[in-house]
Amino acid sequence: MASVELPVLKPGDYGSDQDVRWCPGCGDYSILAQMKKVMATLGWPREKTVFVSGIGCSSRFPYYMNTYGMHSIHGRAPAFATGIKSCRPDLNVFVITGDGDALSIGGNHFMHVVRRNVNLNIILFNNRIYGLTKGQYSPTSELGKVTKSTPMGAIDNPMNPLSLAIGCEATFVARSIDVHIKHLADTLKRAAEHPGVSFVEVYQNCNVFNDGAYKYATDKALKADNIIEIEHGKPLIFGQNREKGIRLNGMQPEVVELGKGITEDDLLFHDETSPQPTLAYLLSRMRYPEFPEPIGVLRCVDAPRYDDLLNEQVAQARAEKGEGDLDKLFNSGDTWTVE
Amino acid sequence: MSTEFESETEQSKTVLQIEEATVRFCGDSGDGMQLAGTQLTNTSALAGNDIATFPDFPAEIRAPRGTLAGVSGFQVHFASTDIYTPGESVDAMVAMNPAALKTNVADLKPGGVLIVNSDAFDKKSLEQAGYATNPLEDESLEGFQLFQVAMTDLTRRAVDGLDLSQKEADRCRNFFAMGLAFWMYGRSLDPTLRFIESKFKKLPAIAEANRRALTAGRNYGETTDAFVSSYRVEKAKLPAGKYRNMTGNQALAWGLMTAAKLSQKDLFLGSYPITPASDILHELSRYKNFGVRTFQAEDEIAAVCSAIGAAYSGHMALTTSSGPGIALKGEAMGLAVMLELPLLIVDVQRGGPSTGLPTKTEQADLLQVMFGRNGECPMPVIAARSPADCFDVGIEAWRIAARFMTPVMILSDGYLANGSEPWRIVNFKELEPIPIKHPEGPVDGKPFLAYERDELLARPWAIPGTPGLMHRVGGLEKADGTGNVSYDPKNHQHMINTRAQKVKNVAKVIGDQEVMGEASGDLLVLSWGGPYGSCRTAVAKLQSQGHKVSHAHLRWLNPFPANLGEILRNFKKVLIPELNMGQLSMLIRNEFMIDTVSLNKVQGKPFHVTEIIEKAKTLLP
Ligand SMILES: Cc1ncc(C[n+]2csc(CCOP(=O)(O)OP(=O)(O)O)c2C)c(N)n1
Ligand code: SF4
Repeated sequence: MASVELPVLKPGDYGSDQDVRWCPGCGDYSILAQMKKVMATLGWPREKTVFVSGIGCSSRFPYYMNTYGMHSIHGRAPAFATGIKSCRPDLNVFVITGDGDALSIGGNHFMHVVRRNVNLNIILFNNRIYGLTKGQYSPTSELGKVTKSTPMGAIDNPMNPLSLAIGCEATFVARSIDVHIKHLADTLKRAAEHPGVSFVEVYQNCNVFNDGAYKYATDKALKADNIIEIEHGKPLIFGQNREKGIRLNGMQPEVVELGKGITEDDLLFHDETSPQPTLAYLLSRMRYPEFPEPIGVLRCVDAPRYDDLLNEQVAQARAEKGEGDLDKLFNSGDTWTVE
Repeated sequence: MSTEFESETEQSKTVLQIEEATVRFCGDSGDGMQLAGTQLTNTSALAGNDIATFPDFPAEIRAPRGTLAGVSGFQVHFASTDIYTPGESVDAMVAMNPAALKTNVADLKPGGVLIVNSDAFDKKSLEQAGYATNPLEDESLEGFQLFQVAMTDLTRRAVDGLDLSQKEADRCRNFFAMGLAFWMYGRSLDPTLRFIESKFKKLPAIAEANRRALTAGRNYGETTDAFVSSYRVEKAKLPAGKYRNMTGNQALAWGLMTAAKLSQKDLFLGSYPITPASDILHELSRYKNFGVRTFQAEDEIAAVCSAIGAAYSGHMALTTSSGPGIALKGEAMGLAVMLELPLLIVDVQRGGPSTGLPTKTEQADLLQVMFGRNGECPMPVIAARSPADCFDVGIEAWRIAARFMTPVMILSDGYLANGSEPWRIVNFKELEPIPIKHPEGPVDGKPFLAYERDELLARPWAIPGTPGLMHRVGGLEKADGTGNVSYDPKNHQHMINTRAQKVKNVAKVIGDQEVMGEASGDLLVLSWGGPYGSCRTAVAKLQSQGHKVSHAHLRWLNPFPANLGEILRNFKKVLIPELNMGQLSMLIRNEFMIDTVSLNKVQGKPFHVTEIIEKAKTLLP
């Protein structure tokens, strides 16, 4: 057949025949649904997509997608994905991971895959708890968090995934929320389309072990004051009636009321393309309850990608030296003959 | 390639024909002894001798100068006959300082040639080496032919006028020592002159200094009255063909690249540097034009995981390491067993446990690679027996991995990795191709079964990008056939049995175990890995003395060849020499319920032939 028309795929076409086994009410369902929806809009052939995950509730994700997939070992998904992408730049590779998976056991790999800018999409399901192992605190759990393993409260300082990613000079950094479905879908789509590593932190509710961890960001009455939807080129405005904004005071962000002499022009304008990661980092430091937490794309810049560079070196070597000839290699250098 | 100089020598001094010689250079780790040894090796190989080498160096890059801990040595054995070891006792030794003399002289044969750099025997160096009196002046070296050569002074004079610092001038001493050794064995200087030319292209003054030092060393041997004779070793009667000198690490890298081409695959290596495996990473990194992709990962875990990703995506995938790194890779290797993907894992063993003796050799990872993973997790294991054999092992390992869809463990060790021997150059077209087929789509509209098996129990290797074959793999137990997650107890037992049987099936294609010597007798020496050469030489000696001894050397350690049990039962006794505390013995006893005798050594050094002969003799009637 000379030409085959690509079938138009619907979100349902991305579901595998496996039963989804997350707890009823888990935020993972919503992320799965949005991912399927986004997949259907990307126009990629299903067989060109690979989902790679580590271990955790969230990491069961690949089983539920009708694409290629690998459920690997705890924390190491970025390394498997690097191998796949390095050999096969033609594939669209997603890494699905949890806060424990990516930041505890996989912290080292996370850091390195990000700084290499491998062309992958990393989606971190952050429920601030270990779900699969039944409720121990995670690297993003707050100080004082009482769990089975911290009956007197957690005493390790939580880490900030966005700051970490930006510190490793991630070229695409974003945050969204499981129940904020349109925002989530838009964010996943932008991440998928970004050439280079894209890192999306998704606030995900574990209703069994950490229910309501993000209530401040999802509750209808609270969220307008506690999250701020950032957009490229736009001022940082939030609040029930969009009456508040973020202004820079020297190097410090501060919350200000609009009106009373303060106009939109006085506010901080978002620039996701800023070559320096300073602004993105500053945004990533805005934490509830002191600040509204930003959702949306913090950073989106272009930089050379590891997988491209590796394959370019292979092509360059072939162009310069010719396709490798083993017989020539074997017979090169000092040899001698025995009659 | 004979030079004018050789004929001159033959006129002016006695030339003794000998069958073989073992020469050792030893000095401070900054003295360039590895280079001296390598050059003598190359030039001897080019002269047509059979060769075997044993580099031995300290773990510290620069231990304090002149100390016992900082001594570095390189031993070359060259011969006109087939040889299998880098030699036992040393015929000629070049010692650059008192510490080197002290740590090495015990290996010198009575009456052997001992050349020392007398300039280095000052009060301080003697004290550092722990000599109460100067051994050049007391009578302790009386049993040897001692030649005191003022190498430092002679080298400085040779390079005089080249505008070098004294340090730079002194660094040429190893070339002086080489020149002297080359004279003694009638070696051509040409290959080393070529080496200097290319190595120091950008440093003409250093190149000239090294040339002068090399020539000065040779001339010194030629002209001084101290040396009355030199030696000649005839060409070896090796099988006809074209040869080159290869270290084990290089041979393995080339074998793996060859395996990739034979299977029409690009090679992906995920690796993290570790002694003594790093040279495989270095070597493969040079060949991007062969389609080789190397990834220096952030650690050993990422290295093996990236390789598994590469395997899933359809590439020939490889990870290389040494014992400590293999320990880290354990969990991912278990995943590779569950995924049933072809993957090669190279363990270049070194002294353990933990960091152990990082630059010394040992064979103590056998049980680790057999069992060092959680669950019932069998994996085929193949071991190289000599530096050149690493080439064939790389190809064979990949043939099995691809045919059976399984990770395969390749064992080498520090002794094989750094040692070298002549490799008969193969012709690529004469090698047997490694056929690999990836399913191209669903057959007859039937759903694709990722864990459907063929007659040897291998599953299909469907790769991402293929329409209609979308499937998910993972570490959770899977239902036979579909590969879907399954907790069914009977299915788990079935899958455990299946994966084990698959590894056992490898025995159906690897061929029977061969025996050197009679098929039955008083004693079988059973060996694996690096001790091959010592065992083979020892058994040959015993056979020539009329003993009913045979030798079987294992290439596959898992599974064992199908006929191994029968062979073992044909001998009254079985001796297993190993550079560990009896790991193969344990496996053999368990599998065949026969009593074995172990000869164990864990000193960071290979076996001496005599050690094996002595032990064997205690078991003979
Ligand atoms: C090597 C290893 N150590 C520990 C575990 C146990 N384990 C499984 S998932 C998990 C934490 C998962 O937490 P997170 O990544 O936050 O994922 P979630 O389940 O919350 O989605 C742990 C500790 C494991 N599977 N493997
Ligand atoms: S334990 Fe929590 S994260 Fe895991 S499936 Fe249940 S609700 Fe979701």
